[in-house]
Amino acid sequence: MHLLNEKSVTARVLDRVLLPVEKISKQVVFDCRMCGQCILHETGLTCPMRCPKNERNGPCGGVHPNGNCEVFPDKPCVWVQGIERAQRLPLWREHIGELHPPVDWRLKDTSSWINLFTGRDQIHPKGWDAGNGNK
Amino acid sequence: MQAMETSDRPLRAGSRLERVLRAGLFAVTAELNPPDSSDPQQVYDAALVLSEVADAINATDASGANTHMSSLGLCAVLLRAGYEVVMQMSCRDRNRIALQGDLLGASALGVKNVLCLTGDDVTAGDQPEAKRVFDFDSMHLLRTARIMRDQGMLLSGRKLTVPPRVFLGAAENPFAPPIRWRAQRLAKKVEAGADFIQTQYIFDVNVFREFMAHARDLGLPKRVYILAGVGPLRSPKAAEFMRAHVPGVVIPDSIIERLKKTPREHWQEEGMNICVEIIQQVREIEGVAGVHVMAYRQEHVVAEIIHRAGLFPRISPATVEAQKKSAYAPLAR
Repeated sequence: MHLLNEKSVTARVLDRVLLPVEKISKQVVFDCRMCGQCILHETGLTCPMRCPKNERNGPCGGVHPNGNCEVFPDKPCVWVQGIERAQRLPLWREHIGELHPPVDWRLKDTSSWINLFTGRDQIHPKGWDAGNGNK
Repeated sequence: MQAMETSDRPLRAGSRLERVLRAGLFAVTAELNPPDSSDPQQVYDAALVLSEVADAINATDASGANTHMSSLGLCAVLLRAGYEVVMQMSCRDRNRIALQGDLLGASALGVKNVLCLTGDDVTAGDQPEAKRVFDFDSMHLLRTARIMRDQGMLLSGRKLTVPPRVFLGAAENPFAPPIRWRAQRLAKKVEAGADFIQTQYIFDVNVFREFMAHARDLGLPKRVYILAGVGPLRSPKAAEFMRAHVPGVVIPDSIIERLKKTPREHWQEEGMNICVEIIQQVREIEGVAGVHVMAYRQEHVVAEIIHRAGLFPRISPATVEAQKKSAYAPLAR
């Protein structure tokens, strides 16, 4: 059960109000890229979409020995930061190891808060879910 | 050391590489760098040397983000000559629609081993202005390929009439930060669907040994075959270039010093010496199932390295399979 119907008027009104609030606050605090399917709490409160390779599941093999990004050698790797920060979090510490599904690009620039309440961000491709627990 | 026998794992594709590993033989794979050419003869020239010493040949996918003959094209050419291939697939240049389609096409051509990579960034190559795709990361590609094979469906859920039978590989770099987390990342790749792993170049065996200890703590060598990545350095300058410009390659100063102290005419030999020593050292590490030799544009030296490392002649998995059959069922024909 989800708290909000995606197509409801409430959702649309909330969208108008919440979207700019989310956008501004998360951009300031996390340099958020508004993917609309936020996993910040599972990545040490470090936005994985800042990774130039869009890595949703951990650092690539190109991280420089000093911990900086392969693509932007002057900047730290967002995943190196995320993993360090996750260790310091009181909650969600273990979530860093979770396997995250591919990005749903239709949600880009929509409010992840509203998508959380409508459950929209939990809709994965059918095949992806079929792979659960498969070995 | 004798690798453990692992044929209790589910059979994925029955490729030669998989059979070698399941038989408990120490596997050798080698990388073939595709030509900047449309002539298959150049591929055959390079492959001929490798095919005699390697159980499978890796066809790279625009490695370093430089355009070369595509890995699918390269595989088609190699399969035509009967060679065993590992097709590399990177997420840099293709979205999920193309990747899944290429996997089906590759399987139809006869590709049975696929290495799923995120891929070097476009800025590593000679066309840094290109648009990067990265619709998937390597974990997404692994899991999608596994779903196609085991569930017989595309990511969308649409059924496949005949699923691709592929032995799935992934890469791992034990030397890139956060080093303590690398074995855990490997575990995640196994969870996503990796049957075998080919690592980045190993030049620091101690760091690799620690990585393997961590992997053993997580029980990974029982679930995934780990092939240690090695390769010869051509000169001190080439080593320094690789360290500075090839993403993810870590070369300790001691190795570069050793090359610098060597007279110029012996550089190549010393580079091969180092490579052979590293192979012998990683072979002693518990849980290492084989080596993956990467010799960029010097395929001819790979044969000598494999010979000198004592990994030649290659034993056919059929020999072991036949022995096992006769041991367990002496009367069965």
